[in-house]
Amino acid sequence: MIVFDGVTKRYPDGTVAVDELSLEAPTGQITVLVGPSGCGKTTSLRMINRMIEPTSGTITLDGKDTKRMKEAELRRGIGYVIQHAGLFPHRTVLDNVGTVPRLLGMDRRETEKRSMELLERVGLDPAFAKRYPAQLSGGQQQRVGVARALAADPPVMLMDEPFSAVDPVVREQLQDEFLRLQGDLGKTIVFVTHDIDEAIKLGDQVAVLRVGGKLAQIAEPAYLLSHPVDDFIADFVGRDRGYRALSFQQTPRLPLASERTVAMGESVKDIDADWVLVVDDGNRPLGWVEPKRVAGDVTTEVLHRGGTVARASGPLRASLDAALSSPSRRGVIVDDAGALVGTVRAHEVLTAIEETDRPELEDPQRPGAAQAAPRTSGA
Amino acid sequence: MTWFIDHLDLVWTRTLQHAYLAGLPLVIGLLLALPLGWLARRYRPLFVPLIAGFGLLYTIPSLALFVLMPAIIGTQIISPTNVIVGLTLYTLALLVRTVADGLGAVPESVKQSATAMGYTPVKRFFAVDLPLAVPVISAGLRVAAVSNVSIASVATIIGIPQLGLFFSDGFSRDFYDPLIVGIVGCVVLALVFDGVILLLTRAFTPWVRATGSRA
Repeated sequence: MIVFDGVTKRYPDGTVAVDELSLEAPTGQITVLVGPSGCGKTTSLRMINRMIEPTSGTITLDGKDTKRMKEAELRRGIGYVIQHAGLFPHRTVLDNVGTVPRLLGMDRRETEKRSMELLERVGLDPAFAKRYPAQLSGGQQQRVGVARALAADPPVMLMDEPFSAVDPVVREQLQDEFLRLQGDLGKTIVFVTHDIDEAIKLGDQVAVLRVGGKLAQIAEPAYLLSHPVDDFIADFVGRDRGYRALSFQQTPRLPLASERTVAMGESVKDIDADWVLVVDDGNRPLGWVEPKRVAGDVTTEVLHRGGTVARASGPLRASLDAALSSPSRRGVIVDDAGALVGTVRAHEVLTAIEETDRPELEDPQRPGAAQAAPRTSGA
Repeated sequence: MTWFIDHLDLVWTRTLQHAYLAGLPLVIGLLLALPLGWLARRYRPLFVPLIAGFGLLYTIPSLALFVLMPAIIGTQIISPTNVIVGLTLYTLALLVRTVADGLGAVPESVKQSATAMGYTPVKRFFAVDLPLAVPVISAGLRVAAVSNVSIASVATIIGIPQLGLFFSDGFSRDFYDPLIVGIVGCVVLALVFDGVILLLTRAFTPWVRATGSRA
């Protein structure tokens, strides 16, 4: 656990980057620091591994005051990932990953073996091992950055906008893999981002900072979306927060209708329906077709792929989105194996939402964050 | 041509002497420029005095420097040390700035992540900053090498043997063979120096050719 206790960073010119920050980053969880530029989130992060020294207050790591630890030793026990990865351009991917184990005195062979395992773990082809960072795409570099941070198996990871510099598709991939990895590893992670959507998606708890380095609110993502403490937070978490909060609500039992399906290559000319769902031989949905517009058999060219597919066990947001995005207005629901279980209409999902309680999670207050007392927002 | 063939031994000896007089200061200069360039980068207030100060050295005429050297360091007038020290100063004049520039060109994100991973400042310098500065330092070193080979011939004036003696020999006898041999010798020596630096640079920077980038 990382604990900030009344931490302030004031620069000689009088600027206050971080103002009396108190918060806890619990062991094995992801704590996201989010806020507009100038809110001191990166400064706060860097005070943990003492890249920046606090002016006052203490930061403890599992109860030990970081000020009493040797800088280099403290840092070798903390993984660090930054935007653009900050890889060493003069070292191969393999050597980059092995940096901290080598600093800790692990022998070369052992380090290389471990580095290869890690490359695989972060989803990078072993063929990249002998390449240099400049020969990799931004997304691949970022994977190497994560592997390098994990190399010495540190209990703590600091991540400073690690996924901001890659395109949205790759970013989402990296985020999903990061969550999967964290599910296996259970590191204590402090993650900085300016993107509230990323914060909501990745954080076990989200700390919103305001300009001047003051903690505005710290809570679990669902709570933050449903109970912003003031206008700043309400503004910051965004307009469609009601919709986004559905990401955190399990889909209840929906009244599913059975759907007529056809296989690829079958004819649909005798079917009297506006839209028909096409499935593969495992009953997995492929897309919709409109029988009156299809001359011959169903081919991939005539498939309408606009509709999203939601898992029955997934969040409400996905179920609602499946209904809203479907050309037939019938949202496709599948089981965990991806096989069709039925369809649902938007109003049925909405009824289910209305019957669900708004998330009233346990009090997310942490000691020392008194200014962030929750109240139900009237907005 | 016959003069050259008749004097092969002498040409070889003077080439070696010239290589020593021009090469040793290059090595010493580089070794001194590394800490000085680092200081200039590390401590902001030192940057201007160090860079400007060493840069100014280059404006001192070599002739004057070689002649004055005994008075400054107490050597004999005909001691090769005068030339070695003088050329070391010229090397420093070129390299202190180059080293500072090279270290300054190392991307901030790379330095930050090295520090964050637990490199001590000294380890970081040798493992990260210096290797990444090699392409820039090498470019400066090549200029200094050619400059040293050229300036070393001025040592003729204080009677130190090297290829420059062929110039004065040729002039005084109005006989061009030694003159041409001296010039060609200097050019060849400069090319050899350049080639050696280039090869060493390549050996130290495999990533540059693999990626086609400088850093």
